[in-house]
Amino acid sequence: MAEQTLLNISLIIFLLPLFGFILVIFFGKRFEKIYRVEIGILVLTFILALIVNYFKLTLYPHKDLVFAFTWLNFSNLPGLGDVHFELGIKIDSLSGIMLLVVTLISSLVHIYSVGYMEGDKRFNRYYAYLGLFTFSMLGIVLTHNFLLMYISWELVGLASYLLIGFWYEKDSAADAGKKAFLTTRLGDIGMFLGILILYTQYHTFTFDEIFHQISLGNLPFGSGAWLTAAGILLFLGAVGKSAQFPLHVWLPDAMEGPTPVSALIHSATMVAAGVYFMARIFSMLTADALLVVGVIGAITAFIAATIALTQNDIKKVLAYSTISQLGYMILSIGVGAYTFAVFHMVTHAIFKSGLFLGSGSVIHSMHGEQDMREMGGLKKKMPITYWAFIVFTLAISGIPLMSGFLSKDGILLGSFAFATLTGHWLLPFSGFLVAGITALYMFRLILMTFHGSPRNIEKYDHAHESPKVMTMPLIILSALSIFIFYTPNPVSPEAGWFYHWIGTSETVVPQDLRFDFMKSESPAEVHNEAAVEHSSEEEVLYSTSYMEALHEDHIPALSLSILLAILGILTAYILYEWKKVDVDKLTEKVKPLYTFSLNKWYFDELYYATFVAGTIGLSKALRWFDVNIVDGIVNGTATLGLFVSRVAGLFDKYVVDGLVNFSAFFSGFLGLTLRKFQTGKVQTYVAFVVLSLFILFWVFI
Amino acid sequence: MDGFPILSLITFIPIVGMIIILLLPSTNKQQIKVTALIVTLIQVVLAIVLLSNFNYAAGGIYEESSFQFIDKFRWIEVPTNTWIGTIKIDYFLGIDGISMPMIILTALISFIALVSSWKIDKAVKGYFALFLLLDTAMMGVFVSLDFFLFYVFWELMLLPMYFLIGIWGGPRKEYAAIKFFLYTLLGSVFMLLVMIGLYFSTTEVIDGSKVFTFNILAMMDKANFTVDGILSPLNPNNLRFVAYIALFAGFAIKIPMFPFHTWLPDAHVEAPTPISVILAGVLLKMGTYGILRISFPIFPQITRELMWYIALFGMINIVYGALVALAQKDFKKLIAYSSVSHMGYVLLGMASLTTTGINGAIFQMFNHGTITAMLFLVVGVIYDRAHTREISAFGGLANQMPKYTGIMMVAFFAAIGLPSLSGFVSEALVFIGAFGVDTLRTLTIISTLGIILGASYMLWTLQRIFFGKFNEKWKDLPDLNAREYIMFIPLMIVVIFLGIYPSAMLDIMNHSVNTLVTFLFS
Repeated sequence: MAEQTLLNISLIIFLLPLFGFILVIFFGKRFEKIYRVEIGILVLTFILALIVNYFKLTLYPHKDLVFAFTWLNFSNLPGLGDVHFELGIKIDSLSGIMLLVVTLISSLVHIYSVGYMEGDKRFNRYYAYLGLFTFSMLGIVLTHNFLLMYISWELVGLASYLLIGFWYEKDSAADAGKKAFLTTRLGDIGMFLGILILYTQYHTFTFDEIFHQISLGNLPFGSGAWLTAAGILLFLGAVGKSAQFPLHVWLPDAMEGPTPVSALIHSATMVAAGVYFMARIFSMLTADALLVVGVIGAITAFIAATIALTQNDIKKVLAYSTISQLGYMILSIGVGAYTFAVFHMVTHAIFKSGLFLGSGSVIHSMHGEQDMREMGGLKKKMPITYWAFIVFTLAISGIPLMSGFLSKDGILLGSFAFATLTGHWLLPFSGFLVAGITALYMFRLILMTFHGSPRNIEKYDHAHESPKVMTMPLIILSALSIFIFYTPNPVSPEAGWFYHWIGTSETVVPQDLRFDFMKSESPAEVHNEAAVEHSSEEEVLYSTSYMEALHEDHIPALSLSILLAILGILTAYILYEWKKVDVDKLTEKVKPLYTFSLNKWYFDELYYATFVAGTIGLSKALRWFDVNIVDGIVNGTATLGLFVSRVAGLFDKYVVDGLVNFSAFFSGFLGLTLRKFQTGKVQTYVAFVVLSLFILFWVFI
Repeated sequence: MDGFPILSLITFIPIVGMIIILLLPSTNKQQIKVTALIVTLIQVVLAIVLLSNFNYAAGGIYEESSFQFIDKFRWIEVPTNTWIGTIKIDYFLGIDGISMPMIILTALISFIALVSSWKIDKAVKGYFALFLLLDTAMMGVFVSLDFFLFYVFWELMLLPMYFLIGIWGGPRKEYAAIKFFLYTLLGSVFMLLVMIGLYFSTTEVIDGSKVFTFNILAMMDKANFTVDGILSPLNPNNLRFVAYIALFAGFAIKIPMFPFHTWLPDAHVEAPTPISVILAGVLLKMGTYGILRISFPIFPQITRELMWYIALFGMINIVYGALVALAQKDFKKLIAYSSVSHMGYVLLGMASLTTTGINGAIFQMFNHGTITAMLFLVVGVIYDRAHTREISAFGGLANQMPKYTGIMMVAFFAAIGLPSLSGFVSEALVFIGAFGVDTLRTLTIISTLGIILGASYMLWTLQRIFFGKFNEKWKDLPDLNAREYIMFIPLMIVVIFLGIYPSAMLDIMNHSVNTLVTFLFS
C-alpha cells in the first residue's frame, strides 16, 4: 500500500466521526434509529485503524507518514519571508497506537451505550456528541502541528462540556460541564502562550520543524530559560486536560455525565490527551521543565490516591483513581521514562474504561444508585461484571500477569532509576506509596460493592446482570488487560513487541539544558543534522548510565511494587472482608485525616473562596466603578454643562436681556421725565433759560 | 467593471429606496417593508458583484492607482480671492482590501437587521426611511477616500441613529439617544478640527495649480505637505501629535474604547433589536476602520511611537469589558459589554503593526460584526417573547426552545472563540501578531485572560438561561419561527464557513494589510 493511500485512509478515519455527528445532529429527530449509523461508523474507523497500523508496521516501520496543506497564507512578508499556517496529520508509532486505542474504546462505548442509555429522551443527540468527541480526539492524535493540536484540544473541551452536561436539567450536571470547560481552559491559556512563544521564534507550528530548529541550537528568544518556559507553559495545557494538580478539581465533578462518557472521555481518551501531548513534545522538554512535570505528576498521584481512599460514590473513587494514574503517566514523562508513559496510557485506557463500564453496569442494575454503602453482595447477581471487575482491579493494582503490572512497574522503575541518578527521591517515594494505596482503595471498592451481604435489600433484589451489549465490551476489555497481548514474558515488558512498537523519543534540547544522564555521549552528534534526521525511533540519546540504573534497579523495584500491592490488598481484606479491625473505629481515630480526605483536601472550597469569589467580587466592583465613576464623569459633565447653561440662561435673562430691558426702560423713563419740560408755556421756558444761564456762568466762570 | 459607478450605486441605492418609501402612503406598511427589503437585498447582490470582481492583488492604502472601482469627480468648486485659493472638493470613492470586508459586512448586517425589523409597527414609514438613510451613511463611510466626504457620511449616520433610538427605543430612550448623539458629536468635533488642519497643510496639483485638498491619499504623501501648514510634518510645532490624539479620540469614542465606552450599554439597552444589531455589527467598526484608513497611514511615525498605548487600551478593553460583563444581570447589557471586550482585540491587533496582527484585527471586526449581531438577535428573540431581559428570570429553556438553544450555542461558542468558528481565527491572529512584538508581549499575556473571562460569562449565562430547573412561567414560549430562521441562518453559515476556511476572508485583505504595514515602516 502506498504511503498516500495510508494517509488517505487516516483522513477518512479522522473525518468519518464528524460526518456521523452532522448526520445524527440534523436527522436525529426524524430517524429514530440513526444512531446505528454512528455505531457503524465507529466500528469502521476501528477496522480502518487496524489496517493503517498493520501496513504502517509492515511497510514503513521507521518512517513518519505526513500529509500537510496550507490553511492560511499571508504570502511574502517583509522581513519574515513566506508566512503560512500549515495543518496536517502524521502517522508514526505514537499516533498509530493512540489511533487504535481511541477507535477501539470509542466503538465499545458506542455499543455499550445502546444498553446503558436505553430510553433516554435525547438518545440520538448523545450519539451525535460522541461522534463530535471522537472526531476532535482523533484530531489531537493525528495532528502533526501545534495549531491543529490546539484546535482539536478546544473541540474536545466542547464535546466534553456537552457530554458532562448532557443531563442539563440537573443543576449539578450543568455546573460540572461549565466547571470542566473553564478549568481546562485555564490550562489552555498556558498552552496557547507556549505555542505563541514557539511560533514567534520559528514561524511554524509543525512539531518536527520546531524540534529540528531546537536541535540546531536555535532557542526561543535565544535563551534556554525561554525553552524551559515554553515547555512548562505547554505542560499547563496537559495539567488542565489530564486533571493534574492544581487543576484536577473538574474531573470528579465530570462524573455527572452518563457513565459510558466517563469511560470514554474522562478516563481513557480525553484525559489521556494531556499525556499524549506531553509524549509528543517530550523531545523539546528541558531538564527543568521535566522536573516540574515529574513533581506535578508525583504530587497529583499522591493527592488523588489519598482522596480515593475515603470516597463512597463508586464513580468518584474511579475518578480519583484516574487522576492518580494520570499522575503516574505524567511522572513517567518527567523522569524520562517515555516508553512506559505511553505504555501505561494504553493499558490504563483499557482497564480504566473497563472499570467505568463495569461500574456503569452496576449502577444500571441498581437503578442509578452510585453509593457503595447501598451496595454489597452483587457478586452473585452480576457474575460477568464481577469477574471483569476483578481483572481490571488486578491490572490497576499492578499484579503480575496483568497489563497494568507491565506498565506501572516500568514507571516505578523509571522514577527509581531517575532518583538514583539525580537524587530526587521524592518522586519514586510517592510512586511506590501510591502503588500500595491504589491496591487498597480498589479492593475496598470491590469488597464494598460485590462482597459481603447486601446492605440495601430492596435494590439488591432488583439487581440483575446487564444485557449482552453491555457485558460484551467488558469481556473484550478484560481480555485485553492480560499481559499476553503486550509481551510473552509477564515480568518483562522489554521482551514484548509492544514496548518496541512504542519505541523511545529522542531529546533535541541543547546539552547544557539536559539532565546529566540524558546527555548525549558524543555531543557532536547533536549538531549534526543528518544524525537527527536519520536516527531511528529505536535510538535514544540516553546515556548508558540511565540504562544501567534501570537494569540494576529492576529486581528491587519490581519486588517492592509487588509487595506494596499485596500489602494494600491484604489491608483491604482485613478491613472490609474479614473485618479484623473495625473501620468506623479506625476512622474515628484518624478523624482529622479522614475528613480532610473525604472533603478532597478542601480544594473546591479553597478555589471558590479565592479565585471564584475574587473574580466575581472584582467584576462587581468594576461594574460599580463603571456605572458610578466612568459613567459618573460622563453624566457629571452633562450635569455641569446643564448647570453652566442654566447660569448662562439666568445671566442672559437678567443681565444681558436685563440691560436691554433696562435701556428700554431708561429711555422710556427719560422720555417721560423730559416730557414734563415740554409744557408749551413761555414762562417755564424763560425760567429754564435763566436757570441754564446761571449754571453756565457757574461752570465757566 | 470599468466606468460603472458601482460604489455610488451601492451607497446611494438606500436613498432611492428612502424616497420611494416617503412617497408611499404611510398606511401601506407591507409595501414599505418590502421596498426596504428589496433595497437591502440589492445591496447584498452588489456586494457579491464587487467581491467577484475584486482584485486580490491590488494593495490600495496610499496609492490611488491600486484602489478599485474608483468613482471620482469634482464635487464642490468655490473660487475665493483670499490666500485659500480655490476650494476644490472631490467626490472620491474607492475600495481596497481593508474596506471590502466592511462593505460585505454592512450589506449583510443591513439585510439581517431589516428582516429583524419586520415586526416594527410604530410609525413604519419613518422607521424604514431612517433605516435606509442610516444604511447609506454607513456604506458611505467605508467607501469614501476624501476626508470631507468621509466626514459628511460620518455625521449623516448620527441623525437617523438618534431618531431610531429616541423614537423606537425602550423606557429610557431619550436619555440614551441624547447620550449617544452628544458623545459621538464630541468625537466628530475633534475629527473636524483635525480634518481642517490637515486640509490647510496638504496641497495637491489639480488642473495645473496647487490647491489645498481633502484627499486622504494625498495627505499620506510627504511631498504634498506645505512648509508652514499647521499640521505639516515640516512645521516644527508639535501640533501633529496633538492632532493625532484628537483624531484618535474621535474614533475611539465610536469603538468604543475605555474610558469612552459608557454610551454603548445605554444605547444598546434602549435601542430596538435591529438597531442594536446595526450598532454592534457595523457602527462600532467605523471607529477602528477610521483608525486604519486615516490615522495610521497619515501619521505613520506617531503611530509607531504610540503603538504601546494603543495596545494598552486594547488590553484594558479586553479584560475590563469581560469583567464588567461578568457582573451584569441584564442579558443585553452583558452582550453590550462583551462587545467592549471583543473590540479590544481589534485594538490590540492593530497596535501590533504586524501583518498577522492587523489581518486579525480586520478579521475580528468582521467576525465581531456577525457574531455580535447573532448575540443581539438572540437577546431580541427572547425579549420579544418574554418581555424581560433579566437573566435570572429564565432557566431550563433548552427543552422548551431547542432550536433557539442550538443557534444560541453556536453564537455563544463563536463569541468564546471556539476553534472551527470564525472568532477563533481572528483572536488567534491578533494574539500571534501582538505576541511577536517585543514591547507588547506583557500586554498580550495579560490580554489572554480574556479567553477565560469570556468563556466564564458566556457559559454562565448559557447555563442560567437554558439549563437547570425549568421555570414553568415560560411554558408557552414558542420556538423560532421561519422569519427568525432567515435572520440567523446566513450569519451562522458565515460564522462556521469562515471558521473552517478563513482564507476566504483573509485573502481579500492580506495584500492591503501588507501594503499598510510596509507603508507604516517606510
